[in-house]
Amino acid sequence: MQFGVFTVGDVTVDPTNGREPTEAERIKAMVTIALKAEEVGLDVFATGEHHNPPFVPSSPTTMLGWIAARTERLLLSTATTLITTNDPVKIAEDYAMLQHLADGRVDLMMGRGNTGPVYPWFGQDIRNGIPLAIENYDLLRRLWREDVVDWKGKFRTPLQSFTSTPRPLDGVPPFVWHGSIRSPEIAEQAAYYGDGFFANHIFWPAEHTRRMVGLYRQRFEHYGHGSADQAIVGLGGQVFMRRNSQDAVREFRPYFDNAPVYGHGPSLEEFTAQTPLTVGSPQQVIDRTLSFRDYVGDYQRQLFLVDHAGLPLKTVLEQLDLLGEEVVPVLRKEFESLRPSHVPLAPTHASLRAAAGSDSTVHAVDDVTGRAPEAAR
Amino acid sequence: MTTRTIAVVSAGLSQPSSTRLLADQLAAATRDELVRHGEQVALRPVELREHAHDIVNHLLTGFPSEPLKQVLDEVTAADGLIAVSPIFNASYNGLFKSFFDLLDADTLGGRAVLIGATGGTARHSLALEHALRPMFTYLRAVVAPTAVFAAPEDWSGGAVDGALSARIGRAGRELAELVRRSAPSSGPADPFALTTSFDQLLRGQDA
Repeated sequence: MQFGVFTVGDVTVDPTNGREPTEAERIKAMVTIALKAEEVGLDVFATGEHHNPPFVPSSPTTMLGWIAARTERLLLSTATTLITTNDPVKIAEDYAMLQHLADGRVDLMMGRGNTGPVYPWFGQDIRNGIPLAIENYDLLRRLWREDVVDWKGKFRTPLQSFTSTPRPLDGVPPFVWHGSIRSPEIAEQAAYYGDGFFANHIFWPAEHTRRMVGLYRQRFEHYGHGSADQAIVGLGGQVFMRRNSQDAVREFRPYFDNAPVYGHGPSLEEFTAQTPLTVGSPQQVIDRTLSFRDYVGDYQRQLFLVDHAGLPLKTVLEQLDLLGEEVVPVLRKEFESLRPSHVPLAPTHASLRAAAGSDSTVHAVDDVTGRAPEAAR
Repeated sequence: MTTRTIAVVSAGLSQPSSTRLLADQLAAATRDELVRHGEQVALRPVELREHAHDIVNHLLTGFPSEPLKQVLDEVTAADGLIAVSPIFNASYNGLFKSFFDLLDADTLGGRAVLIGATGGTARHSLALEHALRPMFTYLRAVVAPTAVFAAPEDWSGGAVDGALSARIGRAGRELAELVRRSAPSSGPADPFALTTSFDQLLRGQDA
């Protein structure tokens, strides 16, 4: 099972001292968190993508490319890549390039984006959110899988004899997750293609996650990709830890009370009961996280949100230490001992290349130049 | 025989509340009329005051607490709805509007609704027609022609001329008739139900 962190990339005032980080500080904090994630033994770092203040990560592959150059093992991902307002051609190019630079340590999570005004800035309309996600993703898949694409659709100019470059590393496109909170069409989309499904699972009740994952698993089996319990599921989660759970509650409360999204609403206690948010000791986080399996089944990826609501970098890095030293090693062992052998792990570049079998030899030849990497040297 | 359910939503803030009193009288009139026609009736009273914090939290977080979810399911699954608000500043009060703002636009479509209001002066009575009725029309509900407003003079003096109780009786008969003519409710809508096939989505239909 994969464990990691995902970040929204919000610039938020620290409510305990009124200090707001600059964009530069926040961007550097995000990449510092990524490096720390690898250092403490986590598997995945995923960044959000936003094009409006107070968020900084508008250019995910620039950031992930920087991180790729400074890490060895860390899998680089997104949470989420806006499949609605980005040109699928540019997504195909950007992430294939990142794949090459990161030696395959790349996957993506598709999302729609829920901020109405952002869509027209990119020539789109939020009322077309689902149709955009469907059409753009179908094109993206073809761009990664077919060398020469002729295409016509509703939302972008037609393509004639177009080849997206660079071709995916080893001819193996990055694995794709589809993220959604409550749109059954997106669970259906993930199931249709046999892609992964990622349930947001922060800020929302567990019931949303149970229903969406249940639908995805059932439809995954319907489309013949395997049995329902072999579908590839990822979950979010939000935690704040101190060794003593009372210290965690006391320290996190002002951040909770003033947080974007849910601040000034329910109490910390209500929200902890209603959503997967866990504020307490590492053991409480372990227990709560293991309980997710009760309503989604055996799953492949767990990402934690640890850096929002104005929490200072130093505190976030302490959270990562606790995750890496105390929480994740136990979760790894426990989840692995519970996972039946027929339930797969999350696909990686290596596993997808191996699964491609003899094809991979063919694809190892550069599709554009027609030369193998060795010959090119 | 199926039991017809009537949700009775009151947005009164004081306790005891004249808004709740009016809601109860409208509910009783509706029930009596349905029973007279041989129907079984279950009334589902909802005091919004008891859910005020949860309603605000839902507006902020986008999802209901478990108790509020039960209330929303009861209201959207009922065969008929009686909705009564006190009139504040010439319209429904904020609690009333906030509650109905939580409903998706089509969850009350075709539903039989009876509206009522209370106020400190009869000069507020048209708020029923310029505020409550248009809101339920927007929600595509079927609103009974008679809307009942109760002013202080209606409560005092034992309703000498019986005008208020006559209006309540007429309104109850209208709602009962609308409920009797409608098919039994199929329960609350499931927001997670898949309504379009992926092939349709791929071809750009619906959604």
